[in-house]
Amino acid sequence: MMMTVKEIKKSLLVSLWFVFLTFPIMVIKVNPIERTVTWRWSNVLYVAVGSFVISLLAKAWLVRKARAAGRQQAACQARASILQELLHRPGYRYPLIIMFSGLALAFPHLFSTYQANIMTTALMYIVLGLGLNIVVGVAGLLDLGYVAFYAIGAYSYALLNLNFHLGFWAALPIGGLLAALFGLLLGFPVLRLRGDYLAIVTLGFGEIIRLVLENWNAFSKGPSGISNIPRPGFFGLEMSLDHAMIYMYYLMIGLVLLTVFVVNRLQHSRLGRAWLALREDEIACQAMGIDKTRIKLTAFALGAFWAGLVGVIFAAKTTFVNPASFTFLESAIILAIVVLGGMGSIVGVICSALILTLLPEYLRALSEYRMLAFGAILVAMMIFKPEGLIAAVRRTYRFHERKSVAALQDDE
Amino acid sequence: MDYFIELFLSGLTRGSIYALIALGYTMVYGIIGLINFAHGEIYMIGAFTSFIVATTLSIYGFPLAAIVVVAGVAAAIWSSAYGYTVEKIAYKPLRHAPRLAPLISAIGMSILLQNYVLLAQTSDFLAFPALIPEFAFMEPVAHIIGSSDLVILITTAVVMLALTLFIKFTRIGKAMRATAQDRTMALLVGINVDRVISATFILGSALAAIGGLLIASHIGQINFAIGFIAGIKAFTAAVLGGIGSIPGAVLGSLVLGLTESFATGYVSSDYEDVFAFSLLVLILIFKPSGLLGKADTKKV
Amino acid sequence: MMNKRMSKPILDVSGLTMDFGGIRALDHLDFDVQATEIVALIGPNGAGKTTLFNCLTGIYQPTDGEIRLACPKTGQQTRLNGLKPNKITEKGMARTFQNIRLFSQMTVLENVMIGRHCRTHSLILGAILRNRKTREEEQETIHKSYEILEKVGLAGQVDELAGNLSYGAQRRLEIARALATEPFLLLLDEPAAGMNPQETVELVTLIRQIRDEGHAILLIEHDMKLVMTLSDRVVVMDYGEKIAEGTPEQIRTNREVIKAYLGEDGE
Ligand SMILES: Nc1ncnc2c1ncn2[C@@H]1O[C@H](COP(=O)(O)OP(=O)(O)OP(=O)(O)O)[C@@H](O)[C@H]1O
Ligand SMILES: [Mg+2]
Repeated sequence: MMMTVKEIKKSLLVSLWFVFLTFPIMVIKVNPIERTVTWRWSNVLYVAVGSFVISLLAKAWLVRKARAAGRQQAACQARASILQELLHRPGYRYPLIIMFSGLALAFPHLFSTYQANIMTTALMYIVLGLGLNIVVGVAGLLDLGYVAFYAIGAYSYALLNLNFHLGFWAALPIGGLLAALFGLLLGFPVLRLRGDYLAIVTLGFGEIIRLVLENWNAFSKGPSGISNIPRPGFFGLEMSLDHAMIYMYYLMIGLVLLTVFVVNRLQHSRLGRAWLALREDEIACQAMGIDKTRIKLTAFALGAFWAGLVGVIFAAKTTFVNPASFTFLESAIILAIVVLGGMGSIVGVICSALILTLLPEYLRALSEYRMLAFGAILVAMMIFKPEGLIAAVRRTYRFHERKSVAALQDDE
Repeated sequence: MDYFIELFLSGLTRGSIYALIALGYTMVYGIIGLINFAHGEIYMIGAFTSFIVATTLSIYGFPLAAIVVVAGVAAAIWSSAYGYTVEKIAYKPLRHAPRLAPLISAIGMSILLQNYVLLAQTSDFLAFPALIPEFAFMEPVAHIIGSSDLVILITTAVVMLALTLFIKFTRIGKAMRATAQDRTMALLVGINVDRVISATFILGSALAAIGGLLIASHIGQINFAIGFIAGIKAFTAAVLGGIGSIPGAVLGSLVLGLTESFATGYVSSDYEDVFAFSLLVLILIFKPSGLLGKADTKKV
Repeated sequence: MMNKRMSKPILDVSGLTMDFGGIRALDHLDFDVQATEIVALIGPNGAGKTTLFNCLTGIYQPTDGEIRLACPKTGQQTRLNGLKPNKITEKGMARTFQNIRLFSQMTVLENVMIGRHCRTHSLILGAILRNRKTREEEQETIHKSYEILEKVGLAGQVDELAGNLSYGAQRRLEIARALATEPFLLLLDEPAAGMNPQETVELVTLIRQIRDEGHAILLIEHDMKLVMTLSDRVVVMDYGEKIAEGTPEQIRTNREVIKAYLGEDGE
């Protein structure tokens, strides 16, 4: 990494600018009640060094990227990641899958129930990420109110149980379908809008759902929420708390597998291709005879469906729901998962969901900076690596005999 | 009748504050066609900076007049600096990126700034010093309009007038109008578009900072999260008026402020925010070009 | 000046007008296209040619006028005004774009497969279950797309990302993609723009071949040599109005046309 003096000078200026910029908020802290002022001068040093280093690194990265682009000329050809390569090589594919599944199955027995519980949460985020990935990553519709569908799933189980004593297994599909239905209802008027308006309207929708849950006491019990939601049963078997946790874990493993299977097949279908085309160019897409509203609606409803399912599971896992679990920040976390993983990349979304949920759990010191990091990830990924950690690879179709039989070959 | 007038005036006050923030959205949108999601945070930072500066000065025993001036200037300077920096970091590199990229980056910036203030300061609500005194001459009408309402109305009116003159008559103001109309053309006639964009962010941020200072001292408390709701409401106002249109932003803000004030006064205050969001959703669906905006056909 | 016509036109435009704010981009335009005919649309920059395409394909809503499309096989006539772009494509009229609008992050083959979308039917359940019908449909989509790519000479680059193709190849891919929607009328917006002479010659052959397979073609082009060798009929536009119409020979000597192109090469 070669740095010229000029670049170092520039970074010094950047660092100075940030010292000035952050001065009131980072350095001064006042207590209006005790009427004291604390001057935190050490923060100046942290900001100066931090911004200097980040500025240098950012520049180095951009220079490298520009050079790589110049060399290849065609920088848009996404290369498969190591993981994807391995998954594709016939010799490795099955051993790898068996290894991962073995690890997943043995996990609760290798580690404590507490660990399994954390893992269950991570698995829930994988499904949420994969669901939102259909909407944002594949179809290119920026949905900032995704959490609303999650809330609809959770509340449908909570309320159906409270009012009609409906069990988990009955509520699970209902939660998913209700969320999908809401997706359709919202999508119908809204999906005609331009991308940025769509983002704002979905954000507004997410907030409306939360505020309604908070204020409509008669319906949703308001901010105090609904408690004593039963965990899922297993053919009427009584389970200890530990066993119930482990049961939830396996349930989520099952759901993740189902989601990956379904989402993968959807992406590699006539519908999935149309979504991708829609993401790239709406007008060309329409000119090719694709009904854009219909395709968007399907993406929206299918994405919402998974959020609804996970919502039901969330209610069952925590046995308690209240509106505070469904704020905009939750949508932002799921969005960060999709963006970090790579838009449209299933493997990428799985990896980033694991990273973003497990890292703050295990590095307690970091958990305070969790949301700060999510914000930074969204910005940094867009600037430095918009294709995500593990970019989606375009599918290729192999032709056995020229112009006659064409065989299918799957990615991911 | 007094109640009606009270609601009317408080609606105007609300609307004026929305207008100060909405202008930032509308100007940025007019020039680069981006919804600056982080704009609400710029306003929050303006409120925080003025809080920090004002409280520090008052602890060190400065007179009220000096505090008001210094806090106002500091808020404007730092908010502008943040607005400028946000544009350089999060939007400028993405000017030719696919359409989702700058939006996602903007949302990231908004979350980043919120949590930055949360971590560097506090998550508690903080008591904001009363910067606007109760004027003696306001005594007889105090039951329908407070002194701070009056100050807010007058300040906003003055700021709007100054902004109008600025955009009409200064060089950079003219360049802004030209760029908003046709960016490529502006480049061709030798306007430094980067400078115009920076200036727009700086100006919009300074206005938001003034809004932040005024509303914080009006309500009396602040918190790191105030930018979110205020931002959405101001955006609603901007869209209501017709995004990209400066008079539209002011009109939309006043309409939103008044309707909110009457709705909470006569109907119920529980659903105050639901009301604004629903209004936003309805406008975008039924009249996305707003009251004063013009519908445009995208060139293919 | 009008030719004698025996059959009903497949595209019939009358009184077509399009205003943008104060600008009138199309001014009471009348013309038609017959089955398996090649009609060229020429005119100086900004004459409104692309705007006409946008109105025909439903991307813009014209201010006034009538657009009718008649299927040459069934003879069934449809009024296109107010239809969505995708419906119009389904009816049998497809287009290419002047400023290339490929799905650049998708492969060449996938771009053409997108064109097959409106002629195929599998949906969510089919995609998930991948039943026999879906698989067969998918096979057919691949098969047909490949055939079209062979026709336009891109069969060697099926797995390339569309954005990585050369300029000329991108233009041909646009044509392939439009052909995949099985149109009986193909609208080409400056297909030869940016092509080298060799590529242009190949393009002429390709367009002829497409016509011989039974498609009618409406073509915007600035390359006069191409227009004159290829077209059966030429429509000339200026300032949104039709100023002349006729065979290439008639147009070559038309006063109005020469005046409109004054300063430019008439030939
Ligand atoms: N969406 C739009 N909004 C406003 N004006 C438009 C729009 N689309 C086209 N125009 C105007 O309509 C006129 C015709 O433009 P058009 O693109 O149809 O010309 P053209 O004949 O295709 O020219 P060229 O040969 O350069 O492609 C131009 O003056 C153009 O500026
Ligand atoms: Mg054109």
